[in-house]
Amino acid sequence: MLGILRIAYKLLVNDKGKFAALLMGLTFSVFLMIQMTSMFAGMMKKASATVTNTGAKVWVMDPAVTNVSSAIPMPDYVLDAARSIAGVKYAVPLYSGGALVRLKDGTYQPVTVLGLDDTSLFGRPQLIEGKIEDIYAENGFVVVKDEEYMKLENPKMGTEFELNDNRGVIVGVAKVPASGLFGIPTLYTTFNRAVQYIPSMRYTISFILIEPQSAAAIPHIRDEIKRLGYDTLTEDGLIDRITNWYMFHTGMGTNLVIMTAISFVVGLSISGQTFYTFVLENLERFGALKAIGAKGRELVFMIFFQAGITGIAGYGLGIGLCAGLIALAKLRVPDYASIITYGNLGLALGMVLVISACSGYIAVRKVLKIDPYDIFRG
Amino acid sequence: MDPVAIKAEGVTKWFGQGEAKTCAVRDVSFEARFHEMLYIVGPSGSGKTTLLSMISGILRPDSGTVRVEDTDVWALKENALADFRLQRIGFVFQDFHLFPNLTTVENVAIPLVLKRRDWDDAIKEGMKYLEVVGLTARAQLNPTRLSGGEQQRVAIARALASGPDLMIFDEPTASLDGDTGKKIVEFVKHDVLTEHRCIVVVTHDDRIYEYADRILHMEDGRLLEGKGSADA
Repeated sequence: MLGILRIAYKLLVNDKGKFAALLMGLTFSVFLMIQMTSMFAGMMKKASATVTNTGAKVWVMDPAVTNVSSAIPMPDYVLDAARSIAGVKYAVPLYSGGALVRLKDGTYQPVTVLGLDDTSLFGRPQLIEGKIEDIYAENGFVVVKDEEYMKLENPKMGTEFELNDNRGVIVGVAKVPASGLFGIPTLYTTFNRAVQYIPSMRYTISFILIEPQSAAAIPHIRDEIKRLGYDTLTEDGLIDRITNWYMFHTGMGTNLVIMTAISFVVGLSISGQTFYTFVLENLERFGALKAIGAKGRELVFMIFFQAGITGIAGYGLGIGLCAGLIALAKLRVPDYASIITYGNLGLALGMVLVISACSGYIAVRKVLKIDPYDIFRG
Repeated sequence: MDPVAIKAEGVTKWFGQGEAKTCAVRDVSFEARFHEMLYIVGPSGSGKTTLLSMISGILRPDSGTVRVEDTDVWALKENALADFRLQRIGFVFQDFHLFPNLTTVENVAIPLVLKRRDWDDAIKEGMKYLEVVGLTARAQLNPTRLSGGEQQRVAIARALASGPDLMIFDEPTASLDGDTGKKIVEFVKHDVLTEHRCIVVVTHDDRIYEYADRILHMEDGRLLEGKGSADA
């Protein structure tokens, strides 16, 4: 069978014009699919940045919270109640809010301020400069050195700034796995200082972060918190909630589906049409093979092999092109939100296989109908 | 006398339906023997190619039987019929039907590849058949770069590669000039025809009749009376 596949391969790739057209169609299609889905994945990663950067296993929040930036403050008794639930190792508050930093030229830069539990500093970032205990110093803030860092005019250790009319001092520079979605810098400080510096409502706790004694304790914790009227989500559950909110409550999901469907249709029509033309032009040869003694299943195998080879090659080229362009874009726009995930790759592979199977099926129907007698008649 | 290679009895084929229904081959019976070069001649539309297709397992007759040595061709099921064509019949098509995207030797190796031979072995053996037709120097060229006569030789080498008992030539000189056509048929007569092989040629080129061992004349789908076993 390998020899037959080799013939099929040579018939395909030696027809350079057609093969190039097939590859272009599929490459373009895969590129569009990967580009759209990777952009969405990148944005969702950024939207969930606080969740992944904090690293808490269980999050407690108001049921109406849809993402970290829209936290609804909770009263202190929820924290006390959480700490008293069986199976909770510890529970700490997290403040998440926005503030304005006044830059040297007098303009204002919005920032995200995360206030960590004063006692444990749970969820603190990894420092690349300074010591974490300096966050307790007067007006101490830790700045995250990510793509947005330069928007605060590249502050260094000891740099002073004005935040909501309060003095702030940079006491540490940190790095985090992911930066936020909205393109604004992030500052860490203690929970109490955050509450003190940033105007807030009567309640101040944005989220309660819980470390359960074991994974088995989570359902019980969830039930107990629910009795208080609040939601408990695992880290993955919260990421899913954020993703679903962007997917189904903003236009992003619709755009994603439309663009992915368009790229699928483009790929299917270009490659289907070109592959069909390729097979039509080779119909006599397939007929000659049939006359010589090739069986129907061997011809089917040849055609699906050709469609598969084209699909896989186009898939690889499409991924390469997309990865190259993302890398180029990131050189110019550091916070360009696009990441290629296994999910994107799997989705695109699935669609390419469908395109290849459809193209192959259309061609196979034609080839199986050839009558070798027509080859004789010329 | 050499044994019988092909025995066709009462072979009939109709095409079309209703008023357009025509009989392409009507009740044709004949025999061909091993070591025999049999010509089927006649004007265009006389049913030669249809008859050729029926004896080679390509086109199912509406009635009648075709036996190639001990095999009742049309009693075979589809896959067995494909195997029969691959193992026992060598086709040389009128338009050659070579694959322009394969090299000459790869074209010759096709039947061997279909017989599941290892690729390298098939290519090696393909070279031997190219040697038989005197085209080893052209082995790595694409057929499009060969002359008509050379393409015909490649098609013959490909047909020989399957080691057939029966070789079918459909209008072998139609795409060639007179001299080349004669040379090709002379080559077939002297180098391809063996005592274990029967060659059936369909042609209406009377310049090559001299190479036939026997000629069957067809007209309007019938073998002409008295000519079924006429010597050339």
